[in-house]
Amino acid sequence: MSTDVNRRDPLATTVAFGSIETANAQAAVQATAQQQASKSMSSYIGTPTSRVDGRAKVTGQAKYAGELNVAGLVYGSAVGATVAKGRIVRINADDALKVPGVLDVLTHQNRPRMADNDQAYRDDAAPESGAPYRPLYDDRILFNGQPVALVLAEDWETARYAAMLVRVEYKAEDHVTDLHAARGSAFVVEKPEKPRGDAAKAFAAAAVRHEAEYFIPIEHHNPMELFASTVVWSDDGKLTVYDKTQGVQNVQRYLCGVFGLKSDDVTVMSPFMGGGFGSGLRPQYQVVLAVLGAMSLKRPVRLVLNRAQMYGVGYRPATIERLALGARANGELEAITHEAIAVTSQYEDFSRNDTGWSGILYKSPNARYTHKLARLDLPTSGDMRAPGAATGVYALEAAMDELAVALKLDPVELRLRCYSDRDQNEDLPFTSKSLRECYRQGAEAFGWSKRNPEPRSMRDGKELVGWGMATGVWEALQMPASARIVLTANGHTEVATAASDIGTGTYTIMAQVAADRMGVPIDNVTVRLGDSTLPACPIEGGSWIAASVSHAIIGAADEVRGELLRIAKTMPDTPFADALAGDVVLTNGKLARAGDVARSVPIADVMRHGKVEHIERIKDNTFADISKYARNTHSAVFVEVKIDEEIGIIRVTRAVSAVAAGRILNPKTAGNQVVGSVVGGIGMALHEETLIDHAFGRIMNANIAEYHVPVHADIHDIKVIFVDEPDSIINPLGMKGVGEIGIVGVAAAVANAIYHATGKRVRDLPITLDKLQRQL
Amino acid sequence: MSDVSRSAAMAAPATINVTLEVNGRSCTLTIAPWTTLLDALRDRLGLTGTKKGCDQGQCGACTVLVDGRRINSCLTLAVMKDGAKVTTIEGLETDGTLHPLQQAFIDHDAFQCGYCTPGQICSAAGLIAEGKAKTPDQIRELMSGNICRCGAYPNILAAIQQAMTAMGGKS
Ligand code: FES
Ligand code: FES
Repeated sequence: MSTDVNRRDPLATTVAFGSIETANAQAAVQATAQQQASKSMSSYIGTPTSRVDGRAKVTGQAKYAGELNVAGLVYGSAVGATVAKGRIVRINADDALKVPGVLDVLTHQNRPRMADNDQAYRDDAAPESGAPYRPLYDDRILFNGQPVALVLAEDWETARYAAMLVRVEYKAEDHVTDLHAARGSAFVVEKPEKPRGDAAKAFAAAAVRHEAEYFIPIEHHNPMELFASTVVWSDDGKLTVYDKTQGVQNVQRYLCGVFGLKSDDVTVMSPFMGGGFGSGLRPQYQVVLAVLGAMSLKRPVRLVLNRAQMYGVGYRPATIERLALGARANGELEAITHEAIAVTSQYEDFSRNDTGWSGILYKSPNARYTHKLARLDLPTSGDMRAPGAATGVYALEAAMDELAVALKLDPVELRLRCYSDRDQNEDLPFTSKSLRECYRQGAEAFGWSKRNPEPRSMRDGKELVGWGMATGVWEALQMPASARIVLTANGHTEVATAASDIGTGTYTIMAQVAADRMGVPIDNVTVRLGDSTLPACPIEGGSWIAASVSHAIIGAADEVRGELLRIAKTMPDTPFADALAGDVVLTNGKLARAGDVARSVPIADVMRHGKVEHIERIKDNTFADISKYARNTHSAVFVEVKIDEEIGIIRVTRAVSAVAAGRILNPKTAGNQVVGSVVGGIGMALHEETLIDHAFGRIMNANIAEYHVPVHADIHDIKVIFVDEPDSIINPLGMKGVGEIGIVGVAAAVANAIYHATGKRVRDLPITLDKLQRQL
Repeated sequence: MSDVSRSAAMAAPATINVTLEVNGRSCTLTIAPWTTLLDALRDRLGLTGTKKGCDQGQCGACTVLVDGRRINSCLTLAVMKDGAKVTTIEGLETDGTLHPLQQAFIDHDAFQCGYCTPGQICSAAGLIAEGKAKTPDQIRELMSGNICRCGAYPNILAAIQQAMTAMGGKS
């Protein structure tokens, strides 16, 4: 069979795939794609379960934001500023507009109307203080690469070409993009973690002291999928926006604010997201530009950023961390001082908790924390996997290793001697903390007892071998969320919430929880997410989605069960005459007496008796007040490096990550999250660094070849252990999230292993071979 | 960029016909020669299973098989492949049965976000056909053009090993 697909005619597109219907269908991933054995008892929670969206992903059917080929689609291409600070003097788009196929060039001078107040641009993940950046708003340039024009054309190639023809004149102003140059003018931001005792005095008096400065450069998330938005404009002015985002409702509210639209006029969809790591928490500029294009042309518009433009959005802030640790001769800490100086933009104050983590981990009567921000002419920094902890705990755990060396103590033993059973910042007990078990099981799996503590003492042929370890810690948060369950008489269950699945496995855990609570095989569950019209759900970040959404699903399922019970009580010969809500369960497609499941009625019979086709319930999650407890996940990471001393090449040959994160909903996807985090941590330690040419205030390696990330050849054995951590306090399922804990501490463990291998301490990340060679 | 911007605007180059056999189906496209094979697949043929992660040969997300060999389709103009047989991720299933690599990727949870996955799978199919990778380290080395930012590498390796065994070393 032969098909002719001619150069796109906007009015007569004949593309076979990617209709909006297809995309909507993709949002409802059929759990029936599963290969796993059908189970009907309450057994999915805690069982390794293959992804319910797996088939869609391995067959290429999963549709991402930039993949909807709708009729009449217009292609955008953004033009970026070439100065770091200043004003636009003139934009000449004449040549671009002359190219056949170019429809328009939008700039701050001719764009549709946008809001003129900061509040309209504030999104759920925006820093509390500052004035959010307004894309294509006015002539001010706040960072190099900032979009200054949007070329709109009938096809992508023409748009890309014409974008090169847009000429922009600037009046440049002096800029600063170097944290080291700006550290002197950094200002203090208030943090909730309060000081204890007198750290300076205790440090001065301590028997053993370690004091040093550590550095983490700017890192970019670089998700594999480019930021993309496809905006479908309909004649009544309503917009359907397919966006790469970690929060469809956040983008929906943002667009309503920026464009003064009614809530009903904007729907945001993101059924699949090709990686986020925090970069998609805030709405990115491509969505604003694409909406501007669609409004101005009254046609559907797609804008996909190129890889270089991916460096014009948020990033992990470069951070200088200073640690001062004072200890008794036996290793018990007397004083901790942790200071951080991190990057933010000129227009917003972004910061996270870098400095307070020692208060969760280690006993010390005296502690002082300071967090400072330096303003640079860059976009606002942002959340990247375990923001604050990935950087702050790197410094803390490298410093603890240096203290262990000074004390001549085993690094694990030092941590056990300092182990804190309370959160000292808040003076609260933990809902659970099985970190001791992480140390024990991690050390055992790694073979830590065979470590010779002497640096440079272990070899494998020509290579030096180093073993290092570190502790990880993160928060176990849960947020308000709502879920809907629709039960059909044939037992089919649809579960829905406006979450995103950024690769974390949200589709799958939602199916697991719903299947268990509704007593149906997972194959009978359909999951819907990534649609702003679904029940409310927060942005997918902070490792809070699994716990938040699961408990909303449980609530909705319990309401559906309650309705079934109400109907069943009216059936002749009902076994539930005296039953209360808690006396019944759903199992095997039946409503049954808990503890006596033989006394049951098929769900189908109940619904037939009640003459209902389906039962639908929406429920908000609710949690007991646990404000009198600290809520954290913990880990212990053990790493082996091998280093060729002649050329300085460093390989991480083994890693063991032992994680305590409560009950694990799906060990298969959760294990993958931790493995991926360890890979990210290895990238932090050895590869990742955004390099700026400070003369121009421009990123020099804004691509994925010169910004190094781990590739297959860099990654060897990674073992993940989930230690048993019963937690009856945190929430009914006793679960905590695992999206971020896996990266925390990894960079320190690698750095510590490198020290053990070589006797050289490199404190500036990434630890590249040139830095090591300088010391070797 | 400045050289281009100083030259007078020019029209898109004239279109030409290109015939490709994509997943067993012959397709004739009338396209401008500056169209990459990747964009031809995604935008003209609607085969969006092949992903764009960088558009400059650095990530491997766009990997497809052309006459049985794996290539980066973003670095290939469609006109260069006139008459060639192209296999994309959409063409690996047979009669609703997943390719052993596709099944192995699900079994081993060899992805998270799934965006690198079509490229990893096509690349692995090419790798197995090349027959050069025998050991885990050889597989790692020869798969290193396919970046997985989610970091699912150990699972991808396990999946490739399972598929290699299932396929008896043949593609
Ligand atoms: S898109 Fe072709 S290598 Fe990245
Ligand atoms: S699965 Fe997300 S990049 Fe590989």
